[in-house]
Amino acid sequence: MKPGLPLLWRKTRERYNLIGTKCETCGTYYIPERKICAKCRRKGKVAPYTFSGRGKIYSYTVIRVAPEDYEFFVPYVLAIIQLEEGAYITGQVVDVNPESVQIGQEVEMVFRKIHDDHPEGLITYGYKFRPILK
Amino acid sequence: MRKVAVVGVGMSKFGELWDVSLRDLVVQAGVEAIKDAHLEGSEIQALYGGTMASGRLVGQEHVAALIADAMGLNPIPATRVEGACASGGLAFRNAYFAIASGAYNVVVAGGVEKMTDATTAEAVTALGGAGDQEWELLHGATFPGLYALMARRHMIEYGTTEEMMAAAAAKNHHNATFNKYAQFKEKITIEDVLKSKKVADPLKVLDCSPITDGAAVAVLMDLETAKKHTDNYVEIVASAQASDTLALHDRKSLTELRAAQVAAKEAYKQAGITPEDIDVAEVHDCFTIAEIMAIEDLGFFPKGKGGQATLDGETALNGRIPINTSGGLKACGHPVGATGIKQIVEITWQLRGQAEGRQVKDAQYGLTHNVGGSGATCVVHILKKPN
Amino acid sequence: MSLGIVGYGVDVPIYRIKAAEIARVWGEEEARIVHGLGLSEKSVPALDQDAATLAVEAARRAVKHAGIDPSLINSLFVGSESHPYAVKPTATIVAEAIGAAPVLFAADHEFACKAGTAGLINSYALLKAGEIEYGMGIGADTSQGRPGDALEYSAGAGAAAFLVGKKDVIAEIQGIYSYTTDTPDFWRREHAIYPSHGGRFTGVPGYFKHVQGGAKGMMEKMGTRPSDYKYAVFHQPNGKFPRAVAKQLGFTPEQIESGLITPLIGNTYSAASLIGLAATLDVAKPGDRILVTSFGSGAGSDAFDILVTDKILEKNNKYPVRELIKQKVYIDYGTYAKHRKKLIM
Repeated sequence: MKPGLPLLWRKTRERYNLIGTKCETCGTYYIPERKICAKCRRKGKVAPYTFSGRGKIYSYTVIRVAPEDYEFFVPYVLAIIQLEEGAYITGQVVDVNPESVQIGQEVEMVFRKIHDDHPEGLITYGYKFRPILK
Repeated sequence: MRKVAVVGVGMSKFGELWDVSLRDLVVQAGVEAIKDAHLEGSEIQALYGGTMASGRLVGQEHVAALIADAMGLNPIPATRVEGACASGGLAFRNAYFAIASGAYNVVVAGGVEKMTDATTAEAVTALGGAGDQEWELLHGATFPGLYALMARRHMIEYGTTEEMMAAAAAKNHHNATFNKYAQFKEKITIEDVLKSKKVADPLKVLDCSPITDGAAVAVLMDLETAKKHTDNYVEIVASAQASDTLALHDRKSLTELRAAQVAAKEAYKQAGITPEDIDVAEVHDCFTIAEIMAIEDLGFFPKGKGGQATLDGETALNGRIPINTSGGLKACGHPVGATGIKQIVEITWQLRGQAEGRQVKDAQYGLTHNVGGSGATCVVHILKKPN
Repeated sequence: MSLGIVGYGVDVPIYRIKAAEIARVWGEEEARIVHGLGLSEKSVPALDQDAATLAVEAARRAVKHAGIDPSLINSLFVGSESHPYAVKPTATIVAEAIGAAPVLFAADHEFACKAGTAGLINSYALLKAGEIEYGMGIGADTSQGRPGDALEYSAGAGAAAFLVGKKDVIAEIQGIYSYTTDTPDFWRREHAIYPSHGGRFTGVPGYFKHVQGGAKGMMEKMGTRPSDYKYAVFHQPNGKFPRAVAKQLGFTPEQIESGLITPLIGNTYSAASLIGLAATLDVAKPGDRILVTSFGSGAGSDAFDILVTDKILEKNNKYPVRELIKQKVYIDYGTYAKHRKKLIM
């Protein structure tokens, strides 16, 4: 089932720019955003925060059997990235040979097509990651 | 709260059951369970039905109402329970509370999943709904992919190898050869697993549980009435549940399921026992790495040692603590909503001495561990054979 | 007050296919192609890249180079002949992705390979009219080359974004000029996958007539001659045409060398002239004067007379063009066909 149009639209800015939140009270960063700080709860002062996009690969896999609509991209690298602010996020790692991906590899955020299932449908854009360009 | 017992269990065959529909599956398992409970059916006062994705797989919601109807149990209250792959365990837990609270004396808990009426791609996509739709699935994550991310960390942090994970699958297939309800009856070797097609590195096809149709049902009764009703009851001595973040990337660690640790700790406390007292356990091996993490989370082996223990045979039928005597999710099959109840069925048979060919000698305490998604939900039950 | 370029950025995919590899599939001789077209390889977009993603990366780099707050960008035009949508602008996607939304003028342009410079002119015009603080013009393309056609060797992918403003200008735009006629040298109907072209007709009545018209018109307007310029950048559909038109107009090979990037990455269509300009600015010094003449089939040329200022030394460009394009991975024709969706799925 394709995610609905309003659902995807609602998070466009966050998905394009890697915007989450930061709890100014305890200094914890959240991406995806959390409106309530998990540590401070109501006492936490939470504000929007734009992440730098830089991080390291914390874990990764190579998807060879894809879910519907992603078959064209196989094989692709799916990873959990540890962003330099300390938060973790799931995303693909691109422009890389799947066989040579390393845990700890430094990556930066890039803007790519995430989902494009139908020639008459909408394209979903957003963040992916790539080894830092020297 | 009152004490509760399981007085009857039943399950359908697990497999690709082209000839059987969702409602037929559940009726098969239900009739077997009620018969096993030496009941007629009219004694049942409430029903909890667990199914994860009936809507997306067969277009049918409102499944508890359908089960009550198909089994001729109207007008008893019928409630659907959903917690991804833990739906069965949750249905069982809700049935337990319904009796423990004093509201009812006889309650049925059923779990069912009909996965082959949809295409494999649709089924895999539907299962994805157990994860975070917007922040994991949108990026092309699959369930093998999410567990692969955990496996990779477990390998780095503890030296777990693909061979150790493969050993879990080989063991479960061996166990399933004794289980007439299991989906797979063929043995496989560690080599077979290692050579199978990669799905999400490092997990391969034979590291993953299959797409399965199946149903399982348990009949629960308050302990006092159960003692008078039948000799073949087992007591529920613990029911525990915990939650964790939905998305894997929000977890504190990728090498354990905190929800399982919390639920297990609570369960041991309720039962007044320690992990060493458990004689047999059915754990949620949706992927081989899941079994390895489970036996660590449940306290059977120290953190990081689950892989070696599995490779060494400590969890085999004749091992120190037999795990997944039914064949687990891997070899018995994983009809998502039914699995949690199937685990109860297997443990009940073990405690009653009815597990032909795979019987654990003198089993006193049995444990079930049912997980939803990548670990956002975990339900743990401990059953005890009466003295 | 000087108005002009305050920052720029370029993005090119890392994948390349050699002309030799394409020649192999179609039974052509590599040497003949390489010599005839003056290029040896072209860039190929990744499976998840399109004109919008390339435009965003280029735009983000331009914003960083300029060192400004993107919410001050009040105009953004994206020119392409491979916009992801026929209806739904690429410009809004880019605007959201660089933080320029929602207060801005935005639209997409199409004018074959000069759609990028057309957009830049419009941002410059709004700036000159006092309507905006900062404006952006972007050329971005992942154009299709018909299999087996001459253009398959050269149709590459890339994007360049230029920010114009009045503060901390690194290269002043001293004058603009444009030359336009209805000439059917190269076209694509709405539902066609591949463009069509007039073969040899694309040369003299197309490219050469309009580039000469644009360049001569600009120099006449400014009262200049070729020797007044340190550098000249021409649209570059291949390595041959820009060298030929430069000679015809009286420019030396040295003047155009810095801005000739097509031989390395292929024709990036709406980005081509702008990438050439970026590569030139990467090496230009304060006081250098640059003549830029783009060309778009259909047909027309935009021209710019640009004077580099001292400020160019103060801003650090993290991704100079020739450094950026050194990152490359070669692919074979089969992989290329998959990337370019030439396989019927």
